[in-house]
Amino acid sequence: MEGAGVNIAFYVLSILTLVAAGGVMVSRNLLHAVLFLIVAFIGVAGFFVLLSAEFIAMAQIVIYVGAIAVLILFAIVLTPRSVRDNSETAMVGPAILLGVALATVFLFVIHDTGWMTGAGDPGLSASDLGRALLSTWVLPFEIASVLLTAALVGAIMLVRSEAEESEDVPDADA
Amino acid sequence: MDNLATDHWYDFRDLANLSRVILEGIDKVAPYELAYIVAPIIGFVAAFVIFVLPSQLFVGVYGERRIIGRIQSRRGPNRVGPFGLLQPVADALKLLQKEALTPKVADRTLMWAAPVFFVAPAVLLFAVIPFGPRMVFADVPAGLIFFIAVSGLPVLAAFIAGWSSNNKYSLYGAMRIVAMSVSYEVPLVLMLLCVVVFTNTMSLPGIVWFQKDVDLWLIFMQPLAFVVYFIAVSAELNRTPTDIAEAESEIVAGYLTEYSGMKWGLFYGMDIGYALAASAFAATIFLGGWSMWGLEQWVPPWVIFIAKTHLFYMVFIWTRGTLPRLRIDQLMGFAWKFLLPLAVVNLFLVSLERLWWSESDLGGGIVFVIAAINVPVSAVAVYLWARFLGYKPERVPTRPRLAREAGGYVPLEEPVIGGGK
Repeated sequence: MEGAGVNIAFYVLSILTLVAAGGVMVSRNLLHAVLFLIVAFIGVAGFFVLLSAEFIAMAQIVIYVGAIAVLILFAIVLTPRSVRDNSETAMVGPAILLGVALATVFLFVIHDTGWMTGAGDPGLSASDLGRALLSTWVLPFEIASVLLTAALVGAIMLVRSEAEESEDVPDADA
Repeated sequence: MDNLATDHWYDFRDLANLSRVILEGIDKVAPYELAYIVAPIIGFVAAFVIFVLPSQLFVGVYGERRIIGRIQSRRGPNRVGPFGLLQPVADALKLLQKEALTPKVADRTLMWAAPVFFVAPAVLLFAVIPFGPRMVFADVPAGLIFFIAVSGLPVLAAFIAGWSSNNKYSLYGAMRIVAMSVSYEVPLVLMLLCVVVFTNTMSLPGIVWFQKDVDLWLIFMQPLAFVVYFIAVSAELNRTPTDIAEAESEIVAGYLTEYSGMKWGLFYGMDIGYALAASAFAATIFLGGWSMWGLEQWVPPWVIFIAKTHLFYMVFIWTRGTLPRLRIDQLMGFAWKFLLPLAVVNLFLVSLERLWWSESDLGGGIVFVIAAINVPVSAVAVYLWARFLGYKPERVPTRPRLAREAGGYVPLEEPVIGGGK
């Protein structure tokens, strides 16, 4: 995509995403932080649309906004006193160090990658991705599925107790 | 693109002509970027005038109340205007005048923002719906995923509404709506995956063209997908058989408890908007969209499409007036134990059929064979699975669980017979 509209959209999305990401950091209320995070996710999805990767943009919204953000919301709502008394901690130093280290790694990766800048089909449509996942990357794809299934079974095993298990067995006299 | 409307601006069978002529006129006198701004405005105004406003007010608010009144043996609104037709307008005026209260302990910003977040996706959803062969606002290649992605956003808005109200019942409603939508999203998406596997495309106009080319609607080729989609979307929309998030007999009004005035009105109006969007989506995917076995040459395709949408919406109203509300554990169990296995079985069946189709040399006629297989298989699968899972109805419950766990009924003292004055 090109044209003045795309440039305007790029800067609007950049400001939106950066402000939202800043809001995640400075917000004292954890629930506000999650909502800022959702806005940042939506901004990133907008960048994918600008890069002509509609399917990845939609997947970004389905997975990050629809599933992961909801999961984080649940975690926060179930945490007592998560919305207040969040003052400075001693962990701020290590956190800044970690952030700088991560940013450095990312900058090196971005600098060293040979980005495709010319025109042409980037191969990001849904059928391209599906074909790649089931031919070139079929082993990592299958391993990821097995990992997710194992995580699912493990989570169910963790939260089940003996009492609940006996409750589900139908009684002889029922 | 044969047998469709001509390119003249006055050809009302394709309203895209009109907007195209206006845009070309703007292009001659103004810079190119202006079209970016004008196109959404024209599209929005056109969609609003021919579809959203009449549907929302006169089918959604008025028609729904009249039909439910008929089902419940009462008259419904019949005082304002002829046949009570102006009742929605009166309601809107009343809501605008009412004070929108905000509790002192609420999170004011979020409580103000939640209705806004709730409204925006409803407008976005109509962007990818094809009203006619060329009357689609944004022909996104992954339109189906777009619809799933955007229809997941109002749940977050409802959660924000419930949490920011700082009310026990609001929070219950918010948790319920999130839990329910997470559960029902799974069979819903699996069913749409069946549709994508079968039609080999994710673009909504593409799905309509597929159904037009084989002269058969997907509701006949994928009856199980249609049934599961209908149930799951009815749960997602939070309409009455499944509206446990605002069940007024259990948790006051759920996440809407603290809302009043037009803030509440936005939630109410957009509930109808989402129901219309889901109906339009179902009409596109399962009922052939704007195609009608050749009738679209004589009747404007957008009229056919809107008629199908409202037909589907009538079924929503019908179920709403007929069925009692389910309990939350029944509703969740229904999603995971009933709908999900059916969805997985259907996905397997559809993949096999698709493979057969691409290997065989029967051509397009094979869809009739597939339809003839799928309709009885779906009916039998639903019947048997319901029989297998179903609770046998007990007319007189012999041993209720509460009494069993409490050790049965123990009278506290000897009842006084005939002595109480």
